[in-house]
Amino acid sequence: MCSIIRLEQLNQAYGKEMVLKNVQLQINKGEIYGLLGPSGSGKTTLVKTLIGALTPRNGLVQVDGVQMPNLKKLNDIGYMAQADALYDELTANENLTFFAKLYQMQGSYRNKRITEVLEQVDLLQDKDKRVENFSGGMKRRLSLGIALLHEPKILILDEPTVGIDPVLRNRIWDSFYKLKKSGVTVVITTHVMDEAEKCDRLGLLRNGSILASGTPNSLKEQAGVETIEEAFLQLGSDQS
Amino acid sequence: MKIAAIITRIIQQFLRDKRTLALLFLAPLLILVLTWVVLDQEAGNYSVATIDVPGQLVEQIESDSIEIIDTDTPYEDLADGEVQAVLVMEGQQLEITIDNSQPNIEKALFMHLQRTLSISENSAIQLDVEQYYKAEVETTFDYVGPVLIGYFAFFFVFLVGGISFLREKSQGTMERLFATPIRSWEIISGYLAGFGVFAIIQSIVVIIFSVYVLTVPMQGSILLVIFITLMLALTALTLGMLLSTFAKNEFQMMQFIPIVIVPQAFFSGLFSLDSAPAWVEGIGRVMPIKYGASALTDVMIKGNGLGEVSLDLLILLGFSSLFFILNLVTLIAYRK
Repeated sequence: MCSIIRLEQLNQAYGKEMVLKNVQLQINKGEIYGLLGPSGSGKTTLVKTLIGALTPRNGLVQVDGVQMPNLKKLNDIGYMAQADALYDELTANENLTFFAKLYQMQGSYRNKRITEVLEQVDLLQDKDKRVENFSGGMKRRLSLGIALLHEPKILILDEPTVGIDPVLRNRIWDSFYKLKKSGVTVVITTHVMDEAEKCDRLGLLRNGSILASGTPNSLKEQAGVETIEEAFLQLGSDQS
Repeated sequence: MKIAAIITRIIQQFLRDKRTLALLFLAPLLILVLTWVVLDQEAGNYSVATIDVPGQLVEQIESDSIEIIDTDTPYEDLADGEVQAVLVMEGQQLEITIDNSQPNIEKALFMHLQRTLSISENSAIQLDVEQYYKAEVETTFDYVGPVLIGYFAFFFVFLVGGISFLREKSQGTMERLFATPIRSWEIISGYLAGFGVFAIIQSIVVIIFSVYVLTVPMQGSILLVIFITLMLALTALTLGMLLSTFAKNEFQMMQFIPIVIVPQAFFSGLFSLDSAPAWVEGIGRVMPIKYGASALTDVMIKGNGLGEVSLDLLILLGFSSLFFILNLVTLIAYRK
């Protein structure tokens, strides 16, 4: 397996406050990698550093062999932020069109992809509704749709299924598996344990450090427990 | 292409936001009408140059509110605004040429001279008033109209542009933009162009309304006036965007109004700074409104052309460019 994302000795800070400490991480091409950790553990900071929205204080951040931040590499990355960054006055269709143009998608390909994505996140019926009239779940789905729009090789999703009902959550996970099959690497952050079980590999993040990284089963074995939740608590207490 | 995407998006957003559209287009008209209704007259201090006027008469004219200036080039000084009137004695005829581009000078000076001459022994002298500029400037509103046009263009574009740019950050879409391969200068240019469209429309609406409904004088080219207003609006837009960086929310953005917008009124030409100390004038020099308002007055009342106002326009361009660069620097820093 070749790693598509490599973090080495990554330190990140806001002012004097260290948020990420000596993070080592390799994410393989075509896997679904979950970053699991409580709020405040540094998940979002890690993800923002991955897409180059934050320049690392020091250390190595490589995506597909390119040192981040790199503007061109962003063409290969689909990103979904924790907050729904949508234009409320615009319709779903107009939001998608706007972002499609930023990725320089042209004419018929653009229209084809917009329709595909709307179908994928189940918003085709609501495409001409303004986002201000959307429910929380619909906004979440539209944000996901925008991340998928330009068929990125790497998807980086910050808490993608928060506020989404279980039925739709399953459907979204199905689409993650489908993307994985087509060779897309998916990185998601979550603090939901059962969701973490669905990832190929997991990184346990606490206080800005990766406690452990591996498949859900190997993490459970390593800690000698039955669930990811217990593993998380066990491995966390080992550290401190 | 990416810039065009931002322009399209801003136009779409605005057309949906009827309240903000009204603020941009109707609020300036409303305030102009109110000013037009209530504006009153006030007296001031004037400088007057004389040619061939007997010393005895000069002494009579000179008073608390009229200062006689000794000059070799009276008409040039009149054009520069150094003096507000030139008195010429021709035989028994006292001729006065008045700078009617400034508020209230004409009426007040005329009254003053009439009073002085009637109580003096020189009742044989007739006073003959001639206006230096072509415009028929009759009410105070006619004088301040051009300044107000510039001021409101500045104010509303500053507010709407600044808050929109701020919202892009507070609602998280700016960060989302940073995750796309768009360059920082493309974001700022897109914003400028998108809002520029509305600034042009606003300028046209306000100017047409002022000239045709409120009958503000329009001696020069209306196209030039629209262009000056647009340049002023661009300065307001870049400044608004820049200051939005230092505001956390809409409320903090509003706090810039008393700090940035209101002080500009004092240097816009609405109030005479002739007797203010030099340092006050120095402050005025960093106020974009000063240049915009002076250019508008020059064209609308004095009937000057592009040549006369080109320096003002260049200075406004300088302000916009400076703010644009500062915007770029702060956005790039924010992106990291």
